[in-house]
Amino acid sequence: MVGGVSKYYGHFPALRDIRLQVAPGSTVALLGRNGAGKTTLLRIIAGLSKSSQGTVRIDGTDVRQATNRRRIGVLGHGISLYDELSATENLVLFARLYGLPDPQKRALAWLERTGLDRVRDGLVREFSRGMRQRLAVARAFLHDPELLLFDEPFTALDDRAIAVLQSLLAEAHAGGRTIVLSTHQLREALEIATHVALIRRGQLVFSGERTQQMLDDTGWLYRTYGDN
Amino acid sequence: MPSFLRASLTIAAKDLRSEFRTKEAFNASFAFSVVILLLFSFAFDPSSEQLRDISGGLLWLVFSFAGALSLNRSFARELQNDCLDALVSSPAPTGALFLGKALANYVLLLIVEMASLLVFALFYDVRFAKQLGPLLLVILLGTRGMTVIGTMFSALTVNLRMRELMLPTLVYPLMIPALMAAMTLTTDLIAGTPLGPENLIWLRLLAGFDVIYTALAVVFIDIVLVG
Repeated sequence: MVGGVSKYYGHFPALRDIRLQVAPGSTVALLGRNGAGKTTLLRIIAGLSKSSQGTVRIDGTDVRQATNRRRIGVLGHGISLYDELSATENLVLFARLYGLPDPQKRALAWLERTGLDRVRDGLVREFSRGMRQRLAVARAFLHDPELLLFDEPFTALDDRAIAVLQSLLAEAHAGGRTIVLSTHQLREALEIATHVALIRRGQLVFSGERTQQMLDDTGWLYRTYGDN
Repeated sequence: MPSFLRASLTIAAKDLRSEFRTKEAFNASFAFSVVILLLFSFAFDPSSEQLRDISGGLLWLVFSFAGALSLNRSFARELQNDCLDALVSSPAPTGALFLGKALANYVLLLIVEMASLLVFALFYDVRFAKQLGPLLLVILLGTRGMTVIGTMFSALTVNLRMRELMLPTLVYPLMIPALMAAMTLTTDLIAGTPLGPENLIWLRLLAGFDVIYTALAVVFIDIVLVG
């Protein structure tokens, strides 16, 4: 639950009094123009940045608690992988940090799932962009998180990575996982979302269930609540 | 193994593995050390008594400059691909992340220092075999303090555009007590004076410095990394 979150950079208000309740098992599309504050909000929800005011709580406890961080999977703008390490070494590293049993086995299972098992010993710096993105997706899902926070997940993905991500998101949703994703790509986001939140200049201007009207006319939300 | 220790060792192993593959920090630090030692050997007569008086200062000057070069890279390497976000969002305590990075820096800097010490002995014809044990103890303690403060400020300055300049500017003033202790002890030991009641106070200062700054860094690192 995001309770009255504001974030100031100096005197500039990046977020103003955001109040958002995310129901377990829902998929929330966080929409808004460039600079609206989507990434800032996602970073605060992920515990990567502190809010100037307000709190983010999961089941009533602070998001920065280790037990909550274990429940969150984050995929940001960067791939968050080490170029000098191999694909397996990267996943084993994060499996160890999350305290997962048998890190090697878990890493190999996810490499197979994302179609990277043939290059498991290759260094990430030698990977193509698509392979790096698929490995980043594997890293985000590695510890089977209950809450998935994705910032522009479809941007710059190749077809294969999009297919992998879409199938994993569908599986996560079917498995009762909660998903919050920010995106510009309205059509893709609205197709998988159960709820929509629209941010405009740091303020939450709409929050509610996704309706058929939004799907039929993707511009409707922006025309009604946003600034064209 | 407790999860805190396991996370620290995981991070240390990751940093060392990355460094051994690229050798970026080692090459830069060691090359810099050799150049400084070489230049000073031209400036001073390597066989003079005067050199023995400044040997501790010279060695720690080299160690601290070399340290600044490698410590600058410590958190900066986490910026590539936004890796720092993945570390901070993991359940590993930020204190464990810090100690792991400090441990990797410690090992790396010790390797550079040992190599530089050999070069120093060669260029300046210094014999310290009799005092090797105490000298290593001083290097271990002095380097520990340097890596703890350096790693902390590497995290603090990681998002600054002028971080290469900011790190030494912030670290050296804080390092003055530890550097004074390390320089005095090193000069004494190279001159053949063993550790005794006269200079033991400096060794205690070094140990105390390490303990205090390690504790402070572990307490404040979460504020530095998350805000």
